[in-house]
Amino acid sequence: MKTILEVDNLNMHYETLEGNVVAVKNVSFTVAKGESFGLVGESGCGKSSVAAALLQLQAENAVITNGSILVNDTELVGMSEKSLRKIRWNTISIVFQGAMNSWNPVIKIGEQIREAIREHFPENSKSENLNKIYELFDIVGLQHTTIDRYPHELSGGMKQRAMIALALSCNPDMVIADEPTTALDVVIQDQILKEIKKIQKLLGLSLIYISHDIAVIAEMTDNMAVMYAGHIIEKGPTKLLFNNPQHSYTKLLLESTPSIVGSKIKLRALEGEPPSLINITDKCAFSPRCPEPSKDCKDGIISMKLIEKDQDHWVDQCCVNCG
Amino acid sequence: MNKIDSEKEIQKQHRREIINKNISLFKSNKIGMTGLIIIILFGFLALLSPVLFLSGLWDQKTYHPVVGYDSIESSITVIECPKTYPTAKYESKELCPAENERELNIVKPFNPGVEVGDQLTVYLQPAPPSSKHILGTDSLGRDVFSQIMKGSQVAFLLGLLSAIVGVSISTFLGSIAAYWGGSVDAYLMRQSDLVLMLPSLPLLFIISAFAELQVWHLALVLGIIGGLGGSVITIKSQALQVKVKPFVDAARITGGSRMKILTSHILPNVAPLALLFMVFSVTGAIASESVLSFLGLINIDMSWGLMISVAQSDGYMNQGLEYWWLVIPAGLAVTLLAGGFYLVGRGLDDVFNPRLRKR
Amino acid sequence: MNNIIEVSNLVKTFETGRGFLAKNKKIIQAVDDISFTIPKGESLGLVGQSGCGKTTTARALCLLDPKTSGSIKFYNNETKIMDNLDELKDEELKSFRRNTQMIFQDPYESLNPRWTIKDIILEPLNIHNLGTLSDRLEAVVEILKTVGLTPPENYLPRYPHELSGGQRQRVSIARALIMNPKFVICDEPTSMLDVSIRISIMDLMLDLAKELNVSYLYITHDLAVARYMCNRIAVMFNGKIVEIAKTEELLSNPTHPYTKRLISSIPVPDPSYTRVEYEVDFTELDQIIKSNNKNLPMVDIGDEHFVATHDVKDLLI
Repeated sequence: MKTILEVDNLNMHYETLEGNVVAVKNVSFTVAKGESFGLVGESGCGKSSVAAALLQLQAENAVITNGSILVNDTELVGMSEKSLRKIRWNTISIVFQGAMNSWNPVIKIGEQIREAIREHFPENSKSENLNKIYELFDIVGLQHTTIDRYPHELSGGMKQRAMIALALSCNPDMVIADEPTTALDVVIQDQILKEIKKIQKLLGLSLIYISHDIAVIAEMTDNMAVMYAGHIIEKGPTKLLFNNPQHSYTKLLLESTPSIVGSKIKLRALEGEPPSLINITDKCAFSPRCPEPSKDCKDGIISMKLIEKDQDHWVDQCCVNCG
Repeated sequence: MNKIDSEKEIQKQHRREIINKNISLFKSNKIGMTGLIIIILFGFLALLSPVLFLSGLWDQKTYHPVVGYDSIESSITVIECPKTYPTAKYESKELCPAENERELNIVKPFNPGVEVGDQLTVYLQPAPPSSKHILGTDSLGRDVFSQIMKGSQVAFLLGLLSAIVGVSISTFLGSIAAYWGGSVDAYLMRQSDLVLMLPSLPLLFIISAFAELQVWHLALVLGIIGGLGGSVITIKSQALQVKVKPFVDAARITGGSRMKILTSHILPNVAPLALLFMVFSVTGAIASESVLSFLGLINIDMSWGLMISVAQSDGYMNQGLEYWWLVIPAGLAVTLLAGGFYLVGRGLDDVFNPRLRKR
Repeated sequence: MNNIIEVSNLVKTFETGRGFLAKNKKIIQAVDDISFTIPKGESLGLVGQSGCGKTTTARALCLLDPKTSGSIKFYNNETKIMDNLDELKDEELKSFRRNTQMIFQDPYESLNPRWTIKDIILEPLNIHNLGTLSDRLEAVVEILKTVGLTPPENYLPRYPHELSGGQRQRVSIARALIMNPKFVICDEPTSMLDVSIRISIMDLMLDLAKELNVSYLYITHDLAVARYMCNRIAVMFNGKIVEIAKTEELLSNPTHPYTKRLISSIPVPDPSYTRVEYEVDFTELDQIIKSNNKNLPMVDIGDEHFVATHDVKDLLI
């Protein structure tokens, strides 16, 4: 299985007036060709920062202190803007959170997609581009007439589909979807998720799916990683993590999600607040909220580090020793 | 009782913390601080003159801005300019007569019996800056620095009064228009449109033609015109945003009366914007006053605009910068004080609008 | 009388087009003839997609926006009969307002940013002039403890922006419950909170409901949340209630095509679970629903399970 993306020990912080906010700490994972990888966590856990870093689109005050991002064996960290522009959209593309509001309201949809294609394939003729866009619309389930519409004429679901078409327009190897269905109704979300799955199979795409909704991650991904306070605290095959979660946080996430199937059970609540990300130390970031922390963990003796518990199933060493 | 007291203490301390935080935020904003320093400087000037007079440091007869008089003596030599140039003493025609010399035929009508080579005593009016009068005197012998201080008092009075009147009116009307809606809103908007349409300066001319405007009359007029104008619309849109917030709904569901919701929920959330408007409108008021007194439309004893007006009507401005102390201090004062208020407004904007902050 | 609120044939329409001379005036039926009851101490979930009319219904129920037609009856604790909200006089209106409250979706916008927490929670007591000042302060301290914001003295002088989303929502709950209302409308109170905090807020609301005998009208687009919080669920589509039943009955035996479609589209947090697929064309469904006689009552298919009737028999498989 060819590896499309390899993130190794990525560390990123934001410089603010109050200090350095560590958004990403020691994050490593790989994504193979055709694989669907999920990144799950709550707001502030760092998943959107990781997404931005993958395209080197992080904010002005974001600093990658260390780590590497290899896309098709090419190192992205430290690459020049000129070279990055050749890789963006061509190799990796992204569907942002709140993507429906990312359309320029005064330019037609078709023109905005054409702009992206022209950037990477300037030799294409006008009709070639047109056909490409029609093809994309067929894939995402939009009518051809959408090409001449303005964003405000489309519904939320249609805008999102158009966003996906835009992400696919330059034949990328990998698409990052950062909470693509958050503001949409559940029925439309279902349609879009089915589309994404279909497209992935059709084009052999790799997909990174970022969400706080573990139900969606359960259905959409082959492998997943759980993030908390900038760290990955558990990662592995999705089925394995759901059947046998090891980390306290993962267990709590699963146990605090109401479901409409199965018997009605009393769900577990998570006390406390997410930690401050300024000046974090090496000790376990989750221990203040852990329901059964070990003594070593509470005393801060154990630092955070992923170790492989079973095949491909990695857990932060603090929880491995808890039991 | 103790519990309530201690709780009040905590609340007071908490409020102090928040005020301190806002103050330090404002302090860190260079623009706002610059403006504040300018305003404090001029405020100091405004308060200085009564102190100087009351303490006896300054003699009212000499230094009063309106009725003071001081004559500066200077001695000149009477000469007669040669017919051809250059000569030993004068290089060209323009250099004769020199600094402390006057031509015989000019001086003779006023001083019969004077001859070439005599020393005459003249009185300088206006007198250039000297150790006695740090900004010199004007054409009536009055101390310019004292006039600047008096003008500062006028500017503050006028600026602040008109700003307070104007902003009170526009905040009240804007909030009512937003909260009551319907025909009240429609009427108030048409009224604002009408006031916006009218050009303010010609309007002030007309008003001053009908009534003799004094400073505080002018303040009220400026305040009312400003208050009924475009700021009503802006405040209304802000109030509308507050009106649809859930906490207003919560108050309505609980059964709060319209008036109570207006005063306790809507107005406090509109207040920062109103404060901003107020500071900016002081700028306009000071500038308007200087224009109006320059044009001689206000019945006022002394103001910065009037200083420039007198200088202009007496013809001293035609002489270029020779009599600079009659014009530049007053003009600079208007610009600096109006600008100072504007800068404070920009600084306040930073405090109230977290989104505008750098990080 | 067993019900706290009885809604019959509620209609709310909006008109588009501006001014007197607007050409294309359209009438939008936001709420199109709905009826339901909520027994005392029980909770009803109102589930539906955005635009289906659930928030409009909520606002009509607490007299925030006037309804167009229909009747809303509320239980009067003094007289022990159901009062029609249209006929309430001053004292009774005040009593209704004390007994009906709302908790909002957005924790950031539902508290006045310039008020302290103490003032925010005191407000209902001040509006209704209940008790002396020290009585009111005591009540505020008590309710803060009840919603889990302890020690209360730490929270009283604070401003909303100093609290987290979850804490703010607790303040909203405190404000809503301080006068011990009998009926609280909850408009998606947890959808803007972090996943891990939702359960603690929902558990708090469930505990308080038991303790204070409060009925909730719980509005949500998430059936899983409605399942956790409510005894009964009503499903709304385009202004109409299409199905209403006890929670478990609805989930195990959905009958209306819309309900089935809704249930089939909810992702399940179990990778090995395959959802039952169910497709239905919404425009077709909407047209059929609208073209039918409005006066058809809902069909009782047993065990208090009601389904709206239309000529969709061929879709009802």
